[in-house]
Amino acid sequence: MPIVYPTKTEMPALDPIERRTSWDEVAVGYTVERALAEARRCVQCQEPDCERGCPVGVPIRAFVRRVALGDFAGAAALIRTKNVLPAICGRVCPVEHQCELCCSVNAKCDPVGIGRLERFVADWERAHHGDGTLAEPERRKEKIAIVGSGPSGLTAASDLVQLGYSVTVYEALHSIGGVLRYGIPEFRLPKAIVDEDVERLRALGVDFETNVIIGKTVTIDELLGEFGYSAVFVGTGAGSPKFMNIPGENLKGVYSANEYLTRVNLMRAYSFPDYDTPVKIPTRAAVIGAGDTAMDGARVSIRLGAKETHVVYRRTQAEMGARAEDYKRACEEGAIFDWLTAPVQFLGDDDGCVRAMECIRMELGEPDESGRRRPVPIKGSEFTMEVNLVVIALGTNPNPLIPLTTVGLETNAHGCVVVDPETGRTSREGVYAGGDIATGAATVILAMGAGRRAATAIDEYVRAKSAAAAPELV
Amino acid sequence: MARIIEKRKLTPVTTMMIVDAPLVAHNAQPGQFVIIRVDDHGERVPISLTDFNREAGTITLVVQEVGVTSGLICALEEGEELLDLAGPLGQPVSLPEAGHSVLVGGGFGAGAVHPLARELHRRGVTVTSIVGARTAELLILRDLLEPDSDSYLPCTDDGSIGYHGFTAALLGELLEKGADFTNCFAVGPMPMMRAVAEVTRPFGLKTMVSLDPIMLDGTGMCGACRVSVGGETKFACVDGPFFDAHAVDFAGAVVRSKMYVDQERLAVERAAVGR
Repeated sequence: MPIVYPTKTEMPALDPIERRTSWDEVAVGYTVERALAEARRCVQCQEPDCERGCPVGVPIRAFVRRVALGDFAGAAALIRTKNVLPAICGRVCPVEHQCELCCSVNAKCDPVGIGRLERFVADWERAHHGDGTLAEPERRKEKIAIVGSGPSGLTAASDLVQLGYSVTVYEALHSIGGVLRYGIPEFRLPKAIVDEDVERLRALGVDFETNVIIGKTVTIDELLGEFGYSAVFVGTGAGSPKFMNIPGENLKGVYSANEYLTRVNLMRAYSFPDYDTPVKIPTRAAVIGAGDTAMDGARVSIRLGAKETHVVYRRTQAEMGARAEDYKRACEEGAIFDWLTAPVQFLGDDDGCVRAMECIRMELGEPDESGRRRPVPIKGSEFTMEVNLVVIALGTNPNPLIPLTTVGLETNAHGCVVVDPETGRTSREGVYAGGDIATGAATVILAMGAGRRAATAIDEYVRAKSAAAAPELV
Repeated sequence: MARIIEKRKLTPVTTMMIVDAPLVAHNAQPGQFVIIRVDDHGERVPISLTDFNREAGTITLVVQEVGVTSGLICALEEGEELLDLAGPLGQPVSLPEAGHSVLVGGGFGAGAVHPLARELHRRGVTVTSIVGARTAELLILRDLLEPDSDSYLPCTDDGSIGYHGFTAALLGELLEKGADFTNCFAVGPMPMMRAVAEVTRPFGLKTMVSLDPIMLDGTGMCGACRVSVGGETKFACVDGPFFDAHAVDFAGAVVRSKMYVDQERLAVERAAVGR
């Protein structure tokens, strides 16, 4: 094995003190020199395990080699064969659980910074207008509807438009991107990048219809009927926030993470009153949960001006769901982590605003059905934490709007649409689904993988159907 | 889409607009609402449907100027477009097939009860409409509501027209006199709906109110609009907006509706000096 420099090339980032008051992107990105140095750490394995760790099968070994050779356009073209949103994935993928976990140098030293290199390549491509003009596909007459413009929908739309279909993406909100728009904050994923990726799809011919709530404005049956779509892909996400059902949860200042982040990210409440949507300004904030969304909630609170921001989690750091990098960034920015702690109730003032949170300490007991040790309350360990803003980031349930309004669409006990994981096929003919609506809350890249598989399956379905309908042409 | 076809100033602070919105009109049902946004910096605001016409592809909205955004909406002229219009949202209200329904509309609520009146009337249900305003000039949409009502009863705080007093007081008197109401639907300011709930409770009259809490997406994604109904947390945008008035925690709903009073004041002051 060649000698590998043991540590990952560092990612330049804004100063932690400075960024407590800035919405600018924290991770600045590799320079050419850093990208070359990092790409050269790759040993170009015969059997690239990293690629098995990628839900969309990016040709990692080959693209990293192109980077090492300084052929960034070539690297970009390789990534684009499998990933239509590389600038986004390079920023938000949980690489330490995926490609980088499988990297063969990982045992002895840091894995190759695959995520950072992907981001570098995507940013380089954008900066050099290398929009990788694609061959114009043969146009097909069939129309496909995509419901939801998040990662799964955008990926499916991209694949289907390149297969020659007329593709319309329906979005309930006024802006395209789903969780990329309302959920992930500017400092982690600049919205200009989402805009550019959407524009790229528009240029390929994808039609975007905002403010259309499928299941309300138009039903799936109408899409397949009078609207004339040959197939529908449902990528509506896990949109319904979970609450704890403990006393005081409806006090003013207690937010679901979805609401808090949507106010700030989609509606730009941090620029109130220049923007009309307000958000409560925290002085002491508590975020409940320890996943990616909790990190975002904590870091948003810090930027909104909280003097003290706590992340309260009933398990320990080992069970935390957040990406390692975001946890590190949150720590650098001053978030305080209260492990093995759970809220019992929220206490309000005379105006009905939250003023404190009663918590209880936990200890880890026997493993539960998830295989993780179950947190058990320690009797008598209750204490009160003063807070004037609480963000509940305990995950989401699938949005029930489409299952409720689509006859014959099977869902499971969790409300997820039941799909064949290989194809995204649902119990309704011509209806495919993928992403969080099928899996429950997961990641951007898993949703993209599902969108891609469904696009392939939809293509096969539509071709088979049109062949059956017009046998004389076969 | 979302072009304003017709605009009518109903009172100095209330505007009615007919909007070109064929997709929204197409599946709209009584009791539903839309969310609109006026400009790029604007809020998403929920507004009840006052009317919808599937053939013409239009919807009718009544907007009361209470803050910056509602002021911007009312300032739009015929021919201009709403930047964003999404809907129909919420559950259609469940309406009876027979009996005698009393509709209570306060302020802008006189518009919001209209689709209910029309559908009830179509079903052959007897409709009594009680509509309240401060004074005669502020009484709105009589021309829309009266034709679909078997009995149309205006109320004014100053007695300048109709009953002298609040809508809930008139409703109470009618109930005392043995009115044969089988259902009650009330839309209007929170104190009015709360008063209606208290009036009908002792009579066991099934009463539904349309809650209008602060909303954001309107599709069940954020939980901003959560209200406690019968001890259970509900999202007004997807579980409502109509709820059983006798189970709604009005006190809690009122508190939550005042979440941003300080910010709203700031926004109004700032708007006064120009955006």
